[in-house]
Amino acid sequence: MTVAATPLRILIGKVGLDGHDRGVKLVARALRDAGVEIIYTGLHQSPEQIVTTAIQEDVQAIGLSIHSGAHNSLFPRVLGLLREQGAGDIVLFGGGIIPDEDVPRLKAAGVQMLFRPATPMHDIVEFVNGLRTER
Amino acid sequence: MNERKSRFTSLSGLDIESCYGPDHLKGWNAEQDLGQPGTFPYTRGCYPGMYRSRLWTMRQFAGFGSADDTNRRFKYLLDHGQTGLSVAFDLPTLMGLDSDDPMARGEVGYCGVAISSLTDMERLFDGIPLDHVTTSMTINGPAAVLFAMYLAVAEKRGIPFDRLGGTIQNDILKEYIAQKEWLFPPEPHLALIVDTIAYCAAHVPKWHPISISGYHIREAGSTAIQELAFTLYDGLTYVEAAVKSGLDVDTFAPQLSFFFNVHNDFFEEIAKFRAARRLWAREMERRYHPKNPRSLQLRCHAQTAGCSLTAQQPLNNVVRTTLQALAAVLGGTQSLHTNSMDETLALPTEEAVKLALRTQQIIAGESETINSVDPLGGSYFVESLTNRLEEGALELFRKLDGFGGMVRAIEHGFPQREILDASQRYQREIERQERSIVGVTEHREEEHRSIPILKIGPEVEQEQVARLSDLRKSRDPFKMAGSLEELQEMASCHQNLMPSLIEAVKAKATLGEICAALKEVYGTYREPVVL
Repeated sequence: MTVAATPLRILIGKVGLDGHDRGVKLVARALRDAGVEIIYTGLHQSPEQIVTTAIQEDVQAIGLSIHSGAHNSLFPRVLGLLREQGAGDIVLFGGGIIPDEDVPRLKAAGVQMLFRPATPMHDIVEFVNGLRTER
Repeated sequence: MNERKSRFTSLSGLDIESCYGPDHLKGWNAEQDLGQPGTFPYTRGCYPGMYRSRLWTMRQFAGFGSADDTNRRFKYLLDHGQTGLSVAFDLPTLMGLDSDDPMARGEVGYCGVAISSLTDMERLFDGIPLDHVTTSMTINGPAAVLFAMYLAVAEKRGIPFDRLGGTIQNDILKEYIAQKEWLFPPEPHLALIVDTIAYCAAHVPKWHPISISGYHIREAGSTAIQELAFTLYDGLTYVEAAVKSGLDVDTFAPQLSFFFNVHNDFFEEIAKFRAARRLWAREMERRYHPKNPRSLQLRCHAQTAGCSLTAQQPLNNVVRTTLQALAAVLGGTQSLHTNSMDETLALPTEEAVKLALRTQQIIAGESETINSVDPLGGSYFVESLTNRLEEGALELFRKLDGFGGMVRAIEHGFPQREILDASQRYQREIERQERSIVGVTEHREEEHRSIPILKIGPEVEQEQVARLSDLRKSRDPFKMAGSLEELQEMASCHQNLMPSLIEAVKAKATLGEICAALKEVYGTYREPVVL
């Protein structure tokens, strides 16, 4: 078994008001099992709270779950705040109920990856592991 | 015997044998465990004639955008033969926030309709005869406030409260467990729920003040047994709180209602409905000895499992929903919502909703499955499953008792962790391909086709914000502030809040203002993080 050389700290959270946390908790557990250090924010976080926590905890990436349809507002606000606060190097990825047609726009805005319903957990773990080498 | 698999299990993980017979029902007694439809322990149904007397209510959950958008959808559904209304509110409303709250940005009108004031509520029900339709409102944390708005609309139209029929979900325990939309800590929330129960018993006798819900527990990933156990235990917690407040059980128990999920495992789901009725009747009888038999009857609404739908090959969802709907009907539900095929992608379009409603109409009108009450009663397999679900639920009851009740168990994260573990087990079974999802784990296709989906534009939020600004300018500020002070006073001295809530909404206090005033008295809640 190869143990990754760089430790990885990731913030996993729910932004906005939606309380659907089944998926995000399964993702957090899977990443934790894969040796990633997880900061889990809990529910009902504002974009400001997410960014503040990410900077305080010195994470390499933020993974956000949104099932409420508010992705087109929430992801860009998180990205904007990260840049404003000089933390534009923190990778933002996400998942949830996000229609096809919204994906290119969010990626162009700077969301590195979006995982949609029925994504195998393995794909998410692989993506996050890939962040180790990128740094 | 040569079998395809070494082990066959129900969706909830119960081992299933190759064939069932009398050996599986040792100790089972048709008189005590089955009874007749409409008689204790109600395994076969709450009513003697069931669908021979009256069909279930076809009630499609709907709500999006502004009050006017949703009002149009309601009228569309009523025009196509729907028999009851069911309101979906947007997330800010569910959290007791106004559409112009900073936390509401980007969420207004998305998951349901935005209702911030009495004016919005009036527009939502414009032209709909509240004394002729029944209305179900999926609202929990701020349920009492939205209920006060509905009552105020009726009052304004001169409709007496005793002619209003409907339901508020008002089930806060399952919010802490699964759905995660709460406003206050558990104790004041429970007190507020008891207020609505007492108020309905006295003034709105046809209203169901609570719909004790397993739906969200199941969607969060629970098994059928966990759904059954946590929901019924929640129900008993509310009954205990109401009885402790001094209410006679027979004044309110007949108006309690339940809400279950219907998932993919056809027979397990049918057994769940039967076990739920029997377990509820037995527990209510044992604990409270009600005089009115209606206090023992578990009446319920059912909704097909949203979490079973797939974004891949969305037309397949129609077939899944049909099977689930049939299970709910064979299980004896009182009302039913069938999901639309496009709901993994967005809120449903009109066409998709119509097809979902037609699914129920075809079961009712064409399948001839509804002619005999509880047609699976006496089946060795279904009776055995019913027994196992009831036993499994009782085992969880004992664990919850061990914590000292549901509120303490929630504070320890017990039901949350049980559900998360079950959800992880299921996820792993899918990934190991021990369970199939057609179009996902097998029979996959490269898809480029997309189905039309409903879009909510940013103008909904802009218009809501403008309307709220107008409302705040046009109302009498002293009357509004006075109504909130009165409300806080009543909350501090533990009086029934319903009359003051009705006065506050009539004084044009907004949902957000009312909930903020109550948070000052009650405080807020932070959940224990379970991971």
